Amino acid sequence: MGEALVITSGKGGVGKTTTAANIGTSLAMMGYRVVLVDADIGLRNLDVVMGLENRIVYDLVDVVQGRCRLRQALIRDRRFESLFLLPAAQTKDKTAVNPEQVRDLCQELEKENDYIIVDCPAGIEQGFRNAIAGANKAIVVTTPEVAAVRDADRIIGLLEASELRNPLLILNRIRSRMVKRGDMLDVEDVIEHLAIDLLGIVPEDETIIISTNRGEPAVLNVNSRAGAAYRNISRRIVGEEVPLIDLEANGSFVQRVKRLFGLRTG
Amino acid sequence: MLELLQRVFGREASRTSKYLAKERLRLVLMHDRMDISPQILESLRADLLKVITEYMVVDEGATEIALHRGQGSVALVANIPVLKMKRLPQKLKN
Repeated sequence: MGEALVITSGKGGVGKTTTAANIGTSLAMMGYRVVLVDADIGLRNLDVVMGLENRIVYDLVDVVQGRCRLRQALIRDRRFESLFLLPAAQTKDKTAVNPEQVRDLCQELEKENDYIIVDCPAGIEQGFRNAIAGANKAIVVTTPEVAAVRDADRIIGLLEASELRNPLLILNRIRSRMVKRGDMLDVEDVIEHLAIDLLGIVPEDETIIISTNRGEPAVLNVNSRAGAAYRNISRRIVGEEVPLIDLEANGSFVQRVKRLFGLRTG
Repeated sequence: MLELLQRVFGREASRTSKYLAKERLRLVLMHDRMDISPQILESLRADLLKVITEYMVVDEGATEIALHRGQGSVALVANIPVLKMKRLPQKLKN
């Protein structure tokens, strides 16, 4: 019996889709059977981040409305046999599905997979309610900015009201240099306000943009700092104890030289 | 050392944009979370009265409890008319 995790944030643009793609991919790298579900109906993106946009035939709405079988809509990843994507519909809107249908869908997927990763749309309306309906656990992604943390707080309240207790936090796009000079909220500040458990921290990293350009999640790149952070997060999801990534490592000369020669630093 | 550097560059901790962000976040979250339901406020009222009536007799019907938001602060304002003081409980006298 698998577990369904929803990746949510409230605010848009904080890295939900990137997080879903990287967690899903690294769980598959570890040998788990994973389905990524894009619940952002009308604005699908997970297919592009995964580099699978040319292989879509059916989508989530087709499955829910009975136009195809679930198996037909699942796209197998090019790199990992045990990784699948259920894309969102692009031409419909979020009212094409309801929370009960998503719950049934997740239950069906849990039978044959270890992890279902649901990428939630921004906002707190029906798209959000659809996305969280089938989840057993929630991961809240935020960045160290007032607006993003505020929205995360609202989302945490809504999750707890919907019986998704103890959501876990990922603090994304941390710039250690700005934190050091006192121009960015740090992990402690955010945790203190939100009062939830930390699942992981991810540094701001240009390799994320490059990997999105290529459709190759950053966890596949051994030289990506963000990729290393997401691999750590996935190991924590499966129950391993992994220390937080050292944000300072980025600036050290030795680290840079090592990376230049392709040595692992994460 | 760091402190000295910060002073040289005129950036005391309370002037950094991080400090500002923290403070603004604190206030905005407080305001957002103030949106509590009448049931919760009623339960708070009942709990408060339970404690207060151990010490004095109050006019429960005329009691008012509300959250007031001001510029930069939030206050819990309670107006509880006292009818009679009780004799202090023995445990508090020492």
